[in-house]
Amino acid sequence: MAEHTQKQKQAPSRTEETIDDAPVGAPQAEKLKAELDDLLDEIDEVLESNAEDFVKSYVQKGGE
Amino acid sequence: MAIAKVCGIETEYGIQVRGAESNPVAASSALINAYVSGTLRNVDWDFEHERPGADARGFSYPDSFAPEIEMQLVNAVLTNGARYYVDHAHPEVSTPECLTALEVVRFDRAAEEIVRASMTAAKRLLNDGSEIVTYKNNSDGKGNSYGCHENYLVDRATPFARIVSQVTPHFVSRQVFCGAGKVGSELAGTSSRAVPYQISQRADFFEEEVGLETTLKRPIVNTRDEPHCDPQKYRRLHVIVGDANMSEVATYLKVGTTAIVLAMIEDDMIGSELTLANPVSAIRQISQDPSLTTTIALRDGTRLTAIELQWALLARARKYERSHGLACVGDDVAVDLLARWETVLAGLETDRNSVAHWVDWVAKQRLIDGFAHRHQLNPGDARLKAIDLQYHDMRADRCLATRAGLETLISEHDARTAMTEPPETTRAYFRGKCLQRWPAEIVAANWDSMVFDVGREPLRRVPMLEPLRGTAELTGALFDECTTAAELLARLDA
Repeated sequence: MAEHTQKQKQAPSRTEETIDDAPVGAPQAEKLKAELDDLLDEIDEVLESNAEDFVKSYVQKGGE
Repeated sequence: MAIAKVCGIETEYGIQVRGAESNPVAASSALINAYVSGTLRNVDWDFEHERPGADARGFSYPDSFAPEIEMQLVNAVLTNGARYYVDHAHPEVSTPECLTALEVVRFDRAAEEIVRASMTAAKRLLNDGSEIVTYKNNSDGKGNSYGCHENYLVDRATPFARIVSQVTPHFVSRQVFCGAGKVGSELAGTSSRAVPYQISQRADFFEEEVGLETTLKRPIVNTRDEPHCDPQKYRRLHVIVGDANMSEVATYLKVGTTAIVLAMIEDDMIGSELTLANPVSAIRQISQDPSLTTTIALRDGTRLTAIELQWALLARARKYERSHGLACVGDDVAVDLLARWETVLAGLETDRNSVAHWVDWVAKQRLIDGFAHRHQLNPGDARLKAIDLQYHDMRADRCLATRAGLETLISEHDARTAMTEPPETTRAYFRGKCLQRWPAEIVAANWDSMVFDVGREPLRRVPMLEPLRGTAELTGALFDECTTAAELLARLDA
């Protein structure tokens, strides 16, 4: 994953043009978004199905 | 020069029984017993020198404090030098004493594995489809909080008032990289619309600047004066203000930066310029502002953001490294710590996604915001609170933190080894090795002594008042050469 990121960062320097961050930022942002989408798919799967009850029944009294 | 920053972390886990009725004390006992009975002969904790009522400001409450832990509750000492016990209504693991922040992370990871193994063992024993589930967090979202406490060895000669005033700016602002994140607020009258998300799990619960309490009117600096070592030479600064972290790097930074700040205070290299005007409101203001732009007032009237306050501390740490060195927190670790400290502040300032793999509250916020956006949820929706809770879920198939792409510092193998093997560079080595070798001859153990019964009267107490004695270097040969506990005691007498 780290390697992949690095390759993307290097890409614009090979064009030898003075360009702003956008071409770097765009694929980076896309990659982040794709990662997040995968993560959200996973959350959809593992999140407790009855969130309301799950949260309500979690009560911790006493500590420290 | 500052003394070695021997340190450790004690974590109370949230606990819930699914599929059966049970009270949390019974569940915590069942959980720990399931682990202890399957792995080792139980050696009891020794309460001989426990003094939780002693106050660092010089007074003591002999009668107003019952012993913190009721005697009949499970209280085991493990072969890695840790303590695993029921504290009030929670299972709690105290790591053994460690010499560096990285060692603390390793033993905190081991503690997680111990708790996970306990859950598995308990499920098998319960055998009725019910399940004990634990959470490494600090709040139930309903106004009940439980702690993740750190401990640091401090020179007794350092004036306590200096520690209080100079460590407070760090305790208030370090949450920007070691806050665990929380959906909503538990302060009375604060709506989820006003505070949909905040940086710290714990900030809502701090009401005083300094004091002895840990369960109500919690203070930012806790004054418990119970050194568990030579009280003439040392203090143990007991820190109750932190969140439990799922991110290893967050734990590393939390403990490492605090050790450095305490070393600087010992050597009087922080100065009074960063003293805060109102720490209690500052810790909440910072927590409630994930944009990180809010400023807090110093006593001299200057206003700084939490990040600016952290930059000021880091600049002092760099200077301190040049003038004094950082051997007291471990030279190798110190270089890496300073570099990461800088990286995390720069990342938070410019592009926080770049540190989402280090900082729990940033990682969690990504999940919360992404999920809310995907499903068009409003602040206060139970599903967002469920994500918050499940981020800290110790069940591997439910935990969200382990899915969030956090960087790890400790390999699976090293974490597993640390479940049974003690650290080599503190007295925890002696404790752990004795428990490995002669559990039947050890009647009781605690932080600063062990009691042996080798068949002759009377019982023998071996004092361990120096945290840096009893290391592998100093006692390794002793363990190689002795085959019985009686031999060990004879050698110690010689």
